[in-house]
Amino acid sequence: MPWLVVAAAVLVAAVMVLPVLVVIGQASASGDEASRLLLRPRTAELLGNTMLLVLLTVPITVLLGCGAAWLVERTTLPGAGTWRTLLLAPLAIPAFVSSYAWTSVLPEVQGLAGAVFITALAYYPFVFLPAAALLRALDQGHLDAARSLGSSGLGAVLRVAMPQLRPAITGGALLVALHLLAEFGVLQMMRFPTFTTAILQQFAVGFSNAAGSLLAAVLVVLCIGLLALEVPLRGRARIARMGSGARQRPVAYRLGAWTIPASAALAALVGLALLVPLVLVLRWLVRAMTSGAVVVGPLLAATGSTVGLAVLAGLAASVAALPAAWLLHRHPSRLATALERVTYLASALPGVVIGLALVTLAVQWARPVYQTAALAVLAYTVLFMPRAMVAWRSGLAAAPPELLEASRSLGLSGLRTLIRVVLPLVLPSALTGFVLVFLATSTELTATLLLAPTGTETLATAFWSASDELDYVASAPYAAAMIALSAPLTILLRRQILDQR
Amino acid sequence: MRRRTFLTGLGALGAAGLVGCGSKSEDGYKADPDSLQVYSAQHENLTKAWAEAFTSATGIKVQVRKGSDASMGHQIVAEGSASPADVFLTENSPAMTLVERNKLLAPLNEATRRQVPAHLTPSSKSWTSIAARSTVLVYNTAKLDKSVLPKSLMDLAAPQWKDRWGCAPGGADFQAIVAGMLAGQGEQKTTDWLDGLKSNARVLQNNIATMKSVNAGEIECGVIYHYYWYRDQAGTKEGSGNTALHYFRNQDPGAFVSLSGGAVLARTKKPTEAHKFLTFITSKAGQQVLVDSQSMEYAVGSGVASAPALPPLNSLQAPPVDPFTLNSDKVTELMTDVGII
Repeated sequence: MPWLVVAAAVLVAAVMVLPVLVVIGQASASGDEASRLLLRPRTAELLGNTMLLVLLTVPITVLLGCGAAWLVERTTLPGAGTWRTLLLAPLAIPAFVSSYAWTSVLPEVQGLAGAVFITALAYYPFVFLPAAALLRALDQGHLDAARSLGSSGLGAVLRVAMPQLRPAITGGALLVALHLLAEFGVLQMMRFPTFTTAILQQFAVGFSNAAGSLLAAVLVVLCIGLLALEVPLRGRARIARMGSGARQRPVAYRLGAWTIPASAALAALVGLALLVPLVLVLRWLVRAMTSGAVVVGPLLAATGSTVGLAVLAGLAASVAALPAAWLLHRHPSRLATALERVTYLASALPGVVIGLALVTLAVQWARPVYQTAALAVLAYTVLFMPRAMVAWRSGLAAAPPELLEASRSLGLSGLRTLIRVVLPLVLPSALTGFVLVFLATSTELTATLLLAPTGTETLATAFWSASDELDYVASAPYAAAMIALSAPLTILLRRQILDQR
Repeated sequence: MRRRTFLTGLGALGAAGLVGCGSKSEDGYKADPDSLQVYSAQHENLTKAWAEAFTSATGIKVQVRKGSDASMGHQIVAEGSASPADVFLTENSPAMTLVERNKLLAPLNEATRRQVPAHLTPSSKSWTSIAARSTVLVYNTAKLDKSVLPKSLMDLAAPQWKDRWGCAPGGADFQAIVAGMLAGQGEQKTTDWLDGLKSNARVLQNNIATMKSVNAGEIECGVIYHYYWYRDQAGTKEGSGNTALHYFRNQDPGAFVSLSGGAVLARTKKPTEAHKFLTFITSKAGQQVLVDSQSMEYAVGSGVASAPALPPLNSLQAPPVDPFTLNSDKVTELMTDVGII
């Protein structure tokens, strides 16, 4: 094993897990209180709600994501290019904006049903993106070979296509599940209490944060459960193919009479996930402009600092995720798996918990970086690293060891192999990871409030100041700017599907 | 092609990011060692107005860090003696009490204490009220006739009020109300009332959501703080057009008045300036800034009249609870046991 890479991965894992250890330390400080706080009906209620949300939403996002990906990539559906963009676009709309939009047009959207509805619409692109990329790249020859060997159409899909799709689907589903564990804004608005909303309530009323930390520790346990579950589900299949020249073009499934219902289904999905929030934000924005509430200076300043922080976070998370992803790909072992898995832990915790843990750590051990952009970027890296990790892993899967060995045997050094062989193959995925982290960072609120340099206003904090007083007209320019900033990036993501070979 | 796309995209983003970072340093988007550092969970507009008025009166520069009561209080505790904060302003008292308990507050100076009536300053003299807000019942005038309004907040726990009212028990605002109830009515009555709340009330995310729910007729009435309603009335009336306010008065738990706090941190490096700031915002001039800011909160400084739309603070007949001995731990425990939080 290359010890330098191992050392880098260990270092990253240690930094990622530190805030979680602080939280667990604070939770154990509650001592005898712990059993009283944990062993009560409310905990069971929260546990039930959290699990129910995950168990319902994750399969729905998988169904929506894979179904839409199949229609767009493997059928005769007209306008596939447009659909690709539209289906990814919900990534550009912060979930709390869309939940506000929905509650204002349809107050019945609430409780478990409302929470599942909003989160499924907001998060299905996490499955759609990798599924579409893989379905597009899927070699028709494999399916034909299966058919010629006597497999039925469905059998070929199940036995040939599914194993290749599994890492993409489980990776996407894992991201969705982690987001659900940490989701706050939407669930608060849906009045659906989960561990995360309860943690924030404990912080709001608690005089020590032991109770909140204790609930957060439970969340960490849930997260470990999810991570353990994903390992066998992902499977061990290798999905790379040699060369890029001889792939057989996919034969599009003829939809025939089903073209109209299929188009209608996608239109409905896009309408629900995209159109409703967009129309509402535009309506606020028009009112803001006519009432003269749009002040350009602060809006530009907030946009500038948001972009600056998000670019840095995107780069930091991408770089930090690489060693473990690389190790897992080239030298799979229990250690590599562990190093990769621990980087997911913190992302299941709400931003305020990680933020406070980092305040504690920085004040004691790294005073000079406290309330500098560096610490905020570290927080984003801790919170959003899984997005980069999942992207790297699907990207590295496209660069099988054989190609690297060939390169080395032709006399290239390790570094040059990385630059000339590996990077060209994995860059599209790296870009995906970067963009996903960028999108998350540009809408992050709670950790930003705690850690950003004093006086720094981001789009999310400005939106919050206005929307906290329910001044949705004043908040509209910031919501619109968040969406405008994210929209071109989702188009970059779309290229990722197209460019996958 | 792929690589070029990636590199172009990355280059564009990087350039944009650099521009962003560049503009930050020009505008002073970092903690300025020469400025007074004010950690504020108070409304942004009000804090800004105070800071600007203070700077133009004294020439002392002020930088405001904004946040919410809960996370900011915990943040100052986590920062401990290394906190960069010189002054802390809250919306409600629990966050201030959290910091006070960790012995991070400096005693008030004489000038500040003289400006605020004694019953609006804690016995510990380590922080002062800077504004006040009153509990009210907002009701939908089409759904609920004035004659059938509850006489007391305690009545809302009775079975006939099931599914007819709402509140936001998850917030610090509401916790203060329950703490007042606990002090005045005792543990048994408070627990029973919380049980009633759990089965009767629609739990909403905050005061504004509660008011809007009442306005839309989804519930008949709700427990909120007064200023949300007055602000909406002064503006578009979009969230309160179908509603009116009911004051419980008679020293009822529902007439509770909650205090926003201000304090100087014990380890401040600018004690003189920090005390000056606190003295300024509680002075007549500072409290007038509050009144003029349209925040619709009550002024607490002696000799300053609150916004004319509000019924006078001393006409509200608030319960005679000492807001500074409120047992918020017990409240958290009771609310946790009942399963509200």
